[in-house]
Amino acid sequence: MNTDKLNFVVPAKAKMTSFILMAVGLVSIICMFIFDKQPDDHHYHATRAWANVFAGSFFFMAIALGASFFLGLQYAAEAGWATTIKRVIEAVTWYLPVGLSFMLLIFILGQLQMHTIYPWMAQGIATEGSENYDAVIAAKIGYFGIFWWIRTLLYMAAWILFTWKLRQNSVDADALGHEEAKGFHWKNVKLSAWFMVVFAVTSSTSAWDWIMSIDTHWFSTMMGWYIFSGMWVSAMITVTILVVWLKKLGYLEFVTESTVHDIGKWMFAISFLWTYLYFSQFMLIWYADIPEEVVYFQTRWESYKALMWTVLFVNFAFPMIMLMSRDSKRNYFFLIFVGVIIFIGHYLDIIMVVMPGTIGHHWTGISWMEIGNFLFFLGVFIYVVLTNLSKRPLMVKNHPFLEESAHHSY
Amino acid sequence: MATKQIIHGIFGDEVPLLDSCAKLRAAGIRIKDVFTPFPVHGIDPIVGVPRTRLAICAFIYGITGLSLSTLMMWYMMIHDWPNDIGGKPNWNYYSAIPAFIPITFEATVFCAAHGLALTYLLRCWLVPGAKAKNPDPRTTDDKFMIYLELNDEQSKKADEILRATGAEEVNYKGTITIEPKY
Repeated sequence: MNTDKLNFVVPAKAKMTSFILMAVGLVSIICMFIFDKQPDDHHYHATRAWANVFAGSFFFMAIALGASFFLGLQYAAEAGWATTIKRVIEAVTWYLPVGLSFMLLIFILGQLQMHTIYPWMAQGIATEGSENYDAVIAAKIGYFGIFWWIRTLLYMAAWILFTWKLRQNSVDADALGHEEAKGFHWKNVKLSAWFMVVFAVTSSTSAWDWIMSIDTHWFSTMMGWYIFSGMWVSAMITVTILVVWLKKLGYLEFVTESTVHDIGKWMFAISFLWTYLYFSQFMLIWYADIPEEVVYFQTRWESYKALMWTVLFVNFAFPMIMLMSRDSKRNYFFLIFVGVIIFIGHYLDIIMVVMPGTIGHHWTGISWMEIGNFLFFLGVFIYVVLTNLSKRPLMVKNHPFLEESAHHSY
Repeated sequence: MATKQIIHGIFGDEVPLLDSCAKLRAAGIRIKDVFTPFPVHGIDPIVGVPRTRLAICAFIYGITGLSLSTLMMWYMMIHDWPNDIGGKPNWNYYSAIPAFIPITFEATVFCAAHGLALTYLLRCWLVPGAKAKNPDPRTTDDKFMIYLELNDEQSKKADEILRATGAEEVNYKGTITIEPKY
């Protein structure tokens, strides 16, 4: 094996690209906050700019969280095939603290009345007689406020702690001999089992707290799973693109074609999980036709129709047709091509989840604001992930399934 | 009329078996069949089995299920006796389509899966009362076998290759007479 290809060096071009993306994005974000005005609506305070920043923060944080979950899943299931790409998954998870910092910043600014993404954060929302008074929110205000903050901080702490510990155990194991390192694997298996339990609950409740509470009057029991499937598929796309890119650069020669095929399968399969949940949520609400539920899709149907169909087509029909055959999942060009397009598709999905509840009927279609903001977070994400990828060797040393994974073929 | 020798090459593991198959094929020897106790992934191109057409069948069965279920629902719910369920539109198929999607999906999967299983069983003639066809019952337990039908000249070559690649046994099971095709 070529040992100098074990340590990843961030190519100057990639670093440059990430800086350019960040610079362009930052300029767009600043412009966005200056130009985003609706003079005829006095409730509108650069709402679209804030909503965009929120969508960007959440989407990329969710990718890291999805990767964390996937890493834990491999341990909990004691799956061997993904061992050779474990370091790539770990590098993606390392964006989690950065992403969560962005989220926390937005939450704090919201509590300081800087933006109106969360209606329940408004002052006097539960005080009768106040101009902001909302009887529906007042009835469930106990769930928000301080209780919401405790939950939010608990999610963040739990996710970072589990992710950090999972990675630390693996790094510690590599420093030891083969026999002494065995215990670390079992530690990680146990840790992951707990992580899966914690994640099962927190992924749902965090989606309610952070995403569903944008439309505070509305509720859906499918929301948690819907957001979760979106983050999972985005994480799989990111890992696939990274692995294929690294292989093209000449790294990861121990990753077999079958492993690439398998992550392609995950990308394909979770696209359907997402479609299933998206459609189930839509169909149940459409069928029951209860006014307080159907209002959610009414806004989308009236002002976001093009986006709705684009998201459904790009995230469902496109991967179905393109990735159905075995050969296309083993073709690097196809994986990258489909991956990039459904990556953007899932970002549009998050835009569609966030926008109607914040800017409502002011939507004018995708504009430079969405694109510029996306580029900024993409730049930060690329920079953080690649930097973390270069910190450790690309191959784990003392994983019990390493041999199995290196010979994974069918 | 040609007389051919039946050879059973028995292996204890799938790795030497695959190696042997590749070498036999490289020497221009046709492998009649391979018997393994479990499915060995990626064996088809090595043995020289043409690519399976089951996937095409699955697609055709799926399309059939999709069309039949659509026809059925259109006839029942729209054409013959329009039903008013929860005030949902029933004057044409298109406007009530979300309600029909789950059934369309299930029917597609149902037809594809059952059609596929039945096609496979019929093609392999695994019908009730069919006799077991494995020449050496040990291949259902822990042995792997390459089954060859060769003329004398090729038999010698195959024997060498089989032994060289680690066959545990090379058994000669008599001859078979093949009628020439005109």
